[in-house]
Amino acid sequence: MHLEKATLLYNKPLGKNYFRLACNAAKIANDAVPGQFVSVKINNTHEPFLRRPFGIHKVDGCRIEILYEAVGEGTRLLSKNKQGSFLDILGPLGNGYDYRYALIRHKTPVLVAGGMGVAPLFFLAEKLVRSLGRKVRHSPRVLLGAKSKNQILCEKEFKKIGCSVTIATDNGSAGFKGKVTDLLKQTLSTLDCPLSTALYACGPRPMLAEVSRISRKHGIFTQVSLEEHMACGIGACLGCVVKTKDGYKRVCKEGPVFNSEEIVWEKHTKGGR
Amino acid sequence: MLKRQAQLSVYIGTLKLKNPVMVASGTFGYAEEFKDYMDLKKLGAIVTKTVTLKPRQGNPVPRTCETPAGMLNSIGLENPGIDVFIDKKLPFFKKIGVPIIVSIASEASAEEFIALAERLDGIQEVSGLELNISCPNLKDAKSGRGSHALIAQDAQATQRLVKMVRKVTKKVLITKLSPNVTSITDIAEAAEDAGSDALSLINTLTALCIDVKSRRPKIATITAGLSGPAIRPVAVRMVWEVYKRVKIPLIGMGGITDTESALEFFIAGASAISVGTGNFLNPKVSTEIIGGITQYLEKNNIRSIKKLTGSLLCQR
Repeated sequence: MHLEKATLLYNKPLGKNYFRLACNAAKIANDAVPGQFVSVKINNTHEPFLRRPFGIHKVDGCRIEILYEAVGEGTRLLSKNKQGSFLDILGPLGNGYDYRYALIRHKTPVLVAGGMGVAPLFFLAEKLVRSLGRKVRHSPRVLLGAKSKNQILCEKEFKKIGCSVTIATDNGSAGFKGKVTDLLKQTLSTLDCPLSTALYACGPRPMLAEVSRISRKHGIFTQVSLEEHMACGIGACLGCVVKTKDGYKRVCKEGPVFNSEEIVWEKHTKGGR
Repeated sequence: MLKRQAQLSVYIGTLKLKNPVMVASGTFGYAEEFKDYMDLKKLGAIVTKTVTLKPRQGNPVPRTCETPAGMLNSIGLENPGIDVFIDKKLPFFKKIGVPIIVSIASEASAEEFIALAERLDGIQEVSGLELNISCPNLKDAKSGRGSHALIAQDAQATQRLVKMVRKVTKKVLITKLSPNVTSITDIAEAAEDAGSDALSLINTLTALCIDVKSRRPKIATITAGLSGPAIRPVAVRMVWEVYKRVKIPLIGMGGITDTESALEFFIAGASAISVGTGNFLNPKVSTEIIGGITQYLEKNNIRSIKKLTGSLLCQR
């Protein structure tokens, strides 16, 4: 794990409230695996006070990218950071996806993204595609879910690297009308052998609970990346815990990626910001 | 002419620290979490996450929330219990080679504090014990609800407990005080009279944050402990008040995030300081503060940190 002063390369808007930020953070880029995150101090004042966790979206040489939505005070301030400024960034943190599982067991990876959950899954898709080489038969299938068409992110990018992409929108403005979890159910039902897949999901907690329920029925290997408000991000404060079958575990340290069967899914209320 | 290097060493009871910068209980995990970011050997001392006799799973989530210049936490002393602590966590601390102060607590009884102190008294690598009698996030032992009446809110209870623990341990004994009291000096004097070697102050301030949309508390246990720069002026004031009343060394803490905020505590009367929530913002800030204090002393021709303690100039 490294603490770097990273030069901000760009911080571009992607549609309404979404941003793609890239910075030079060589050590973090070198060590990162898909599913890990970075913890960013947005400015050097006490507003916002705490660091913010972001899943690593892409790694390209010395450069890392994050994708975020300006939803709260912290991300709104982050979106104002300009090219050439420095970002105080800590990472790579936590445990990533076990992408080797799909490779070794010859499973077709199915990546299920709800909203901003798409962010870390692109890094995973790239890693899978690169590791698969010419085994096109197992190229990743990506299911992207969002409220409406203009909130679908990265569709082109996934296609460009050779993933097949299907879309679900709540209002039917693009692709399948309904939840991405309904799309997942439909996708699995069209397969001769759902067990030939491995699921990797990221998104809101209720969506992940549903993915977990669906995959359990089929007995499919499933990993989910949990989002949680964090204070330290490095396992010290025990603030971001999740209930598992072995008691509380730290989302920032033992997670953010967990095997879905480990998690005790319960009604989840996030800590306020 | 070569300047003599400023002296940073201080005594906490009989324990000599090579410098006065410590890290506060509950904000530094079991030290391993920070090893990638700093040289742990540089620290004056490390105070562990509080350990209890039996394992505790801690409070339900959400356990933390951000506030202006601070945060609330209600972790509820999640820890694996003293047996696992000694087997699994202590070996790493032993390797670091800086004084280790083990924070101990009990929700239930004074007997548990004594049992913990007895267990730890025999372990050579443990330099001291910090009595956490001021955690605001425990349930009331009798009713199982609401917030616990703290030992640190009662001078007699504090005196009784410190006396009992004092009898069973030769380790340096530190009592951690709560700011949630009418008169912190009364509690400080009670702990001193009972044989505490030093005092840590302050623990967090009991606080409440509300999500107005849902009209629910932002923390599952409703109330929680406020920390960070938001509480620093309160902490500095309390250190100053206590310094005037007791002779034992004070370890000042509450919102230290840089050298300047650390220096305030020394001037108010602290012999050493602890970085707490500041570790979350910058995991290596404690080592940066050690360097910053040296620079300040040399720049101002102060030959020892001891000269800074209680040096507040009150006349305008």
